[in-house]
Amino acid sequence: MVPISYHLILSGILFTIGVTGVLLRRNIIIIFMAIELMLNAVNLSFVALARHFGNMDGQIIVFFVMSVAAAEVAVGLAIILLVFRGRETVNADELNLMRW
Amino acid sequence: MIDFLITFGLTLLMVLMVLNLGGLLLWVERKGSAVLQDRIGANRAAVFGKLPFNLGIVNTLVADPIKLFTKEDFVPPGADKLLHTLAPAIGLVPLLVTFIVIPFGDVLIIGGREITLQAANLNIGILYVLAMVSLSVYGVVLGGWASNNRWALLGGIRGSAQMISYEIPLGLALIGVVLTFGSLDLQEIARAQGALIGGWIPAWGIVYQPVAFLIFLAAGIAESKRIPFDLPEAESELISGYFTEYSGSKQAMFMLGDFVEAIIVAGLITTLFFGGWQVPFLLRDGFHFPWGGTLALPSLLVTLLQVGAFTLKVLFFCWLQIMIRWTLPRFRYDQLISLGWKILLPLALANVMLTALIILLFE
Amino acid sequence: MDFVTFFALAIPLVVIAIMVIAHPSPVYSALFLVLTLFLLAVYFLFLDAHMVAALQIIVYAGAIMVLFLFVIMLLNLQSDTQPTPRRGLGRAAIIGGVILVAELGLLLQRSSSERAESSLPENFGTVEALGSQLFTTYLLPFEITGILLLVAVVGAVVLAKR
Repeated sequence: MVPISYHLILSGILFTIGVTGVLLRRNIIIIFMAIELMLNAVNLSFVALARHFGNMDGQIIVFFVMSVAAAEVAVGLAIILLVFRGRETVNADELNLMRW
Repeated sequence: MIDFLITFGLTLLMVLMVLNLGGLLLWVERKGSAVLQDRIGANRAAVFGKLPFNLGIVNTLVADPIKLFTKEDFVPPGADKLLHTLAPAIGLVPLLVTFIVIPFGDVLIIGGREITLQAANLNIGILYVLAMVSLSVYGVVLGGWASNNRWALLGGIRGSAQMISYEIPLGLALIGVVLTFGSLDLQEIARAQGALIGGWIPAWGIVYQPVAFLIFLAAGIAESKRIPFDLPEAESELISGYFTEYSGSKQAMFMLGDFVEAIIVAGLITTLFFGGWQVPFLLRDGFHFPWGGTLALPSLLVTLLQVGAFTLKVLFFCWLQIMIRWTLPRFRYDQLISLGWKILLPLALANVMLTALIILLFE
Repeated sequence: MDFVTFFALAIPLVVIAIMVIAHPSPVYSALFLVLTLFLLAVYFLFLDAHMVAALQIIVYAGAIMVLFLFVIMLLNLQSDTQPTPRRGLGRAAIIGGVILVAELGLLLQRSSSERAESSLPENFGTVEALGSQLFTTYLLPFEITGILLLVAVVGAVVLAKR
């Protein structure tokens, strides 16, 4: 059997890849996808821990994470569409209207 | 080992059955449309470009695949070659593997061994079906995007919006059935429909859930992108929509995918609303008529009757879909979306709530 | 889950996840993300989370990622030509990397002394078990999630109507 730490390490690596994506890419949609990747990395550790402790709570948290992610994507993509309509760009660096 | 072989054999049988049925439907569709429109329809194929033989079904069935698979495989310039090639397969494979959870008979008893006639017995059967059907959207989306063609892109965009919109009423209609029978396993749902209401009426899903049946039929046809919901391919507006730029065997795969989806819808309607493999009054040991008579039958014959009944029901619903296809005109896109979100979705929600309320009151 | 299964899933997962953030074309990024989510669903199956695995495919791969592709196609986004160089990121990457390696090392070192897995209850990870927990212990969060989704739908419609 694989010890729990292996699952957690995999989860950590996936999360780091997500963070790297958010930091390095400038396309809003890809940043958004990297955030989804981070959420999934966290889900992975929840499911692994639920299996480890024989407790369903971890899986239920995953269920909630998924519904929040769905809500987030629906609103987020609507905002991106709206921004694109007004500014003709999806580059996060060019969207600096709110910067002081 | 022998268990593995049995599962493998059942899966193979299911996939082959579906593929053949898909090919057969192509012919039925042509002849059916001809009958509806008072034409003769496809009845001959020229061999070596010269001899017109009239062998009817055999000729059409052989000639069509040969034509499709020997045509030039054209990839338009500027298209994404990898995705253009992958898209038809991505669309077709999830549909083919959906069938493994649909039961086509009760149990087959051979040499003291009981074989459940269902390739994979998953306790989340209905969720599996939903998952696989939702994955098949990618074939449409990618086919439309990778072709580097405006019509195809429009078709892909329409297809993705349509298919995720109609998945919701589809899933909610399924929830009504799941509430009624209390299981997600399709084999158990089929078994539960063997009971009789008041000793006379078979307890099929349609008796409990007529509204869910109508919603499921409409949403199912929309999921398989057939007329009156064929906006993603709409010949007269978008040429062929997402497969405008496809030819030869890849186009054949897209067409086959459509028919396979029609068969999935027919198979699910049969299993969920029309008793699956159940024949009215037929139990494990023969017929038990409500007016008192019994007719004992050997176990093997009973199983064969059940498989036959399942096949007949599936064929009937395939035929029904073809009739619908050649009878109704196409919706406008805004009508399609508002039908899905403003009529089917509230109706499906009301159906679920009413079903839950009735179950709560009577138990 | 044994070691062979773990590595057969973990190595492709990491490679594909890197492709998600490294590929210049947004469509390919989205497709690699779909593949990641699909592999994660398989991973969940091996961790006895059947319901979560099914939801992962239905919700994430079947709905959320189709929305992403829909928006990418609607905006007709092309590949990024060149990444914008950013100041200070190199230093942040080094610090972050060191912390990550330290944490992973700590985890690996501790993994030998951890306790054995607890035995699983009868219907672990099934729809019934998850459902009954959702409607009893977690009823309030469940209802709030419903309201949240409603707010999201209304918000998306309002934004799109602008």
